[in-house]
Amino acid sequence: MDDVIIGLEVHVQLNRLKTKLFCSCPINYHDSEPNTHVCPVCLGMPGAMPVINKEAVKAAIKIALALNAEVQPFTVFDRKNYFYPDLPKGFQISQYDRPLALGGYVTIETEDGEKKIALKRIHMEEDPGKLSYKGSITLAKYSLIDYNRSGVPLLEIVTEPVMSSPKEARLFLNKLRIILEYLEVFDGNLEGAMRVDANISLKGGGRVEIKNISSFKGVERALSYEITRQRNLLRRGRVVLRETRHFDEVNNITVSLRSKEEEQDYRYFPEPDLVPIHTSELVDEVKDLLPEMPEEKRQRFIQQYEIGDNFAKVLVLDPKMADYFEEVALQLDAKLAASWIVDVLRGELNYRGWDFRVGWEKLRPEEMIRLLKYFVEEKITEKGVVEVIRTKLDEGGDIDAIIQSKGLFAIPKTEIERLCREAIEKNPKAVEDYKAGKKQAANYLVGYVMKVTRGRADPAETAKIIREMLSN
Amino acid sequence: MITRDDVLHIANLAKIQLSDEEVEKFKDEFQSILDYFDILDEVEEEIEPTFTVIQLRNVFREDAPGECLSREEAMMNAKHVENGYFKGPKVVE
Ligand SMILES: [Zn+2]
Repeated sequence: MDDVIIGLEVHVQLNRLKTKLFCSCPINYHDSEPNTHVCPVCLGMPGAMPVINKEAVKAAIKIALALNAEVQPFTVFDRKNYFYPDLPKGFQISQYDRPLALGGYVTIETEDGEKKIALKRIHMEEDPGKLSYKGSITLAKYSLIDYNRSGVPLLEIVTEPVMSSPKEARLFLNKLRIILEYLEVFDGNLEGAMRVDANISLKGGGRVEIKNISSFKGVERALSYEITRQRNLLRRGRVVLRETRHFDEVNNITVSLRSKEEEQDYRYFPEPDLVPIHTSELVDEVKDLLPEMPEEKRQRFIQQYEIGDNFAKVLVLDPKMADYFEEVALQLDAKLAASWIVDVLRGELNYRGWDFRVGWEKLRPEEMIRLLKYFVEEKITEKGVVEVIRTKLDEGGDIDAIIQSKGLFAIPKTEIERLCREAIEKNPKAVEDYKAGKKQAANYLVGYVMKVTRGRADPAETAKIIREMLSN
Repeated sequence: MITRDDVLHIANLAKIQLSDEEVEKFKDEFQSILDYFDILDEVEEEIEPTFTVIQLRNVFREDAPGECLSREEAMMNAKHVENGYFKGPKVVE
């Protein structure tokens, strides 16, 4: 899509911190009653004074560094003035012309190879409260406001307008999420953790902003809808107006928002209640805390464990999956571990809507190691391993107990061979038929072994042994 | 020059209604404030802007949870409440 230009503004909650950005209210409000995590500061009461959370600044710097951005030596906060019921003060404390960081990039893998998505800026701000409506939004006469979210530390990451398809936008968001999860400052599973505003324009049309999309799928769908809408307008010789639109996630369409403030209407000015931040010492402190990032880990896995890039690439998608692999790979052949984790366990977890954090609890690495050791020692078949994994995930229980109760312990090869000989000795008629050219007579002999073992012998393996014995 | 429309636009942003006399009055006052700011044009360009008059920097708080208000306290002065929520105007979207 050569004529499509997309830029994103991503709002990321620093939701692994303990407290809000400017007050000490805890941010673990997700299962709480409304307006129970509030104080004079985050309610915007007169005279209340903000004091910034040091860990929030450090987390923001950590992210900026990991995104290859330039942390500015000197940064200040500003008031962004507008009236909206979720904003108790009548302004949002944000950053304007002295943001925390400038530049940076995120590398994504497209079908045409790697692409660097350039970032414009990264700044800190406070999350507004949350509005809801009784019944449907159209029929409600007023809004209900919960300020538990008011003041939660938020980072706004703004890209340059450099993406050329909805898919690229999704790849960017996926990659960003992985990086944030690696840094241990962000939990993407919490509701509202990441919200996106998307700018999109087609050659010859005005730039349209789609506000507040709350899911990655939503971003892709909203952008796809906009491309179709704008293309149709241009095809009919109409103009695409520069405007702000809202994404209706239920009907998968975007709708025009009536009014939109111009930037100067926000009347930004420096926040007089906060002092400037000089970042150099904090940057030094944070640099030592930066963990291994996905790309470095991928390279290390390839070298240290000698696994293929196809496995390494997938393993680093989730830091918890990467850790899981390392636990297992220390005890077993790394290629075997990678293959079982990527090809089987990951799929089984996905199928159940779980990530590796849940997976870790359901099937602990030491249990996986025990199970795979049985497989290596040929005590259990490949099919058996899959069955144990599924049972373990769905019902829990002890690995050995599951194998016992399901009769999955494989019969040793020597025992199968003995039973095959027995089948041949006891069924001379079938042997005669087979030698006379009735090849399906072998099935009768396999059936004998299956019957004696109550189905625990591998039928293909048994058939192979029998055919070998009969051809001698 | 500050126009009548500028004043009305700013009044609209501030969500206040002005009478015709007030619009005229603020037009003149806005203009005199802007004229006053012209003094800044005399400042040499290389001078660092002042963001705050307080000579402090890096004033931080540790990330340690403190006391919140109880919901009763938080809402005691609010005129419009419902089921533990503050009630506000419906925002057209
Ligand atoms: Zn608070």
